[in-house]
Amino acid sequence: MAVTSLKEYIGVARDRVENYGGKQIVYLSWDHHLLFAAPLMLCLPPATPFGEVLRGPLAALLQADPDASALDWSKVEWLKDNRPFAPDFSRSLADNGIGHKDQLRFRTPGLNSLQAVA
Amino acid sequence: MDMKATKKKLGMKERYRVLTRDLGWEPGYQSKEAIFPYVRYEGIKVHDWDKWEDPFRLTMDAYWKYQAEKERKFYAIIDAHAQNNGHLNLTDARYLSALKIFLQAISPGEYAAHKGFARIGREFPGVGTQVACQMQAIDEIRHAQTQIHAMSNYNRYYDGFHAFADARDRIWYTSVARSFFDDAMSAGPFEFMIAIGFSFEYVLTNLLFVPFMSGAAYNGDMATVTFGFSAQSDEARHMTLGLECIKFMLEQDPDNLPIVQGWIDKWFWRGFRVLGLVSTMMDYMLPKRVMSWREAWEIYGVENGGALFRDLARYGIRPPKGWDDAEQAIDHMSHQFMLGLYQWSFGTAFHSWIPSDDDMAWLSAKYPDTFDRHYRPRWAHIKKLKAAGTPFKNYGLARLCQCCQLPCVFTEPGDPTLTCHRETVYKGEKYQFCSDGCKDIFEHEPEKYIQAWLPMPALFSELGGDVAAWMDWVNLRDGADNGDYDGSRDQKHFDEWRGLATSNL
Repeated sequence: MAVTSLKEYIGVARDRVENYGGKQIVYLSWDHHLLFAAPLMLCLPPATPFGEVLRGPLAALLQADPDASALDWSKVEWLKDNRPFAPDFSRSLADNGIGHKDQLRFRTPGLNSLQAVA
Repeated sequence: MDMKATKKKLGMKERYRVLTRDLGWEPGYQSKEAIFPYVRYEGIKVHDWDKWEDPFRLTMDAYWKYQAEKERKFYAIIDAHAQNNGHLNLTDARYLSALKIFLQAISPGEYAAHKGFARIGREFPGVGTQVACQMQAIDEIRHAQTQIHAMSNYNRYYDGFHAFADARDRIWYTSVARSFFDDAMSAGPFEFMIAIGFSFEYVLTNLLFVPFMSGAAYNGDMATVTFGFSAQSDEARHMTLGLECIKFMLEQDPDNLPIVQGWIDKWFWRGFRVLGLVSTMMDYMLPKRVMSWREAWEIYGVENGGALFRDLARYGIRPPKGWDDAEQAIDHMSHQFMLGLYQWSFGTAFHSWIPSDDDMAWLSAKYPDTFDRHYRPRWAHIKKLKAAGTPFKNYGLARLCQCCQLPCVFTEPGDPTLTCHRETVYKGEKYQFCSDGCKDIFEHEPEKYIQAWLPMPALFSELGGDVAAWMDWVNLRDGADNGDYDGSRDQKHFDEWRGLATSNL
């Protein structure tokens, strides 16, 4: 049973993609860079080219980290659904299969100024 | 002629019988099932409601007398506090951040508990239970009222108190406490008792109230100490009710054990997440600290909680599933929370700040294995950004946990360098979580948690991401209620007024 109830009970999901006026939520997180206390949330049109997300809103948010200037996007390792992922920077979020509320993680081995990594 | 002397007063035992058990009756023209429709669907089997013991044996007439006496004392002290400029006797106005969080998130929780107990007092069939729940319902609304009254004096002098009801309904961090109580109130009566009566009141309440009231006493806040004392004698009764309920369920039928254990696992974890915010108060917000969060956990978690679960082991109950994950998080959570609160302080109706060098030395001594290695470098960098004129504000709003609704600030068990990522897909929708504990709770009852109103995504779905419009909507006065304590109006006012009281300038 999907909920303990007196009779059959169907809930309504509050944050479905239809509620975002043509946009979607994408979560981004830089592994081992915990200056940013939690994964970052962006709300973007699904047609946004992936590379534009990195150069635009994400780059602006990451500036506070001392490693930001040394970030080389061509060398970054990506994860989606916590599994390795190879995004095409020139194609859109939708074409890359990045859905509403997906979590993307990126790793930059060797670039860890503020966090000693075991 | 012999006069038969009538006994004027009833004995304690008789009075309890007449004023409690005697109030019940067997229904004649409606079935018990129709009158009490909510006591079976959770799966708890009860064979004899008369086995419910009420160790306090408190009757309503005595209850009113005690409570009225406490109210008189409480308001006498609150009046004295207001008349003697109690708002200037604080160690420092930074202390008030803890109070603002309490008023916005916890006092409304007292009110929610009142509603919950009023409801389950009607839903439980046993008379002893009904009366005990009714008293607790009245206690809880009294606590909400006395807390609001006690703190209202600060509202005349300081920012961040003026819109606690709007904050309760709308601001992002209060949804953590609100969703906790909503979850309990939308459960059946037995689960509600485990959630609030047992997990919150019995297992976790000491981690909230004892450090909070000691913190108030250490920092010169007599108003808060007073409501703490006024509530304390009620808490003993509430804890007894919670413990009595759990023993009653376990003694009534062996089939109840797995259901009760599941609720203990769930509500320990939910309570641990909510009360985790207390860790920031103990480690960061009190100018004069009482003890560290780690030390409080040793006393109230490990020792008291450990003894409780050893006692319950004879019923087959084991410690909550998330206990080990909780233990691992103790040395990290206050730092993880406070770093978050600081970088999102543009959106909080209280102030936060960068710990001073002395504060960091204290943190380093209290957390020798974690602070210098993981958290000092981050604070040092944040301090550098502020000195350079570019204070750190993280406008990348946080991913919230679908279950506890906290920002996902927590790290992997066993790896404090990596954010904990957990997700699941239900009916084609993706959901994100802060931990295994929260993901397990969701997966047990997904139809409940998919309805969560998560404030960060809602900023986009309802306000198009407009932060200024959001501030208006939550009644947050930008530049007054929010931001760094350093340079705030609260700081300026406190220093000025205190200066008038202690110098001739």
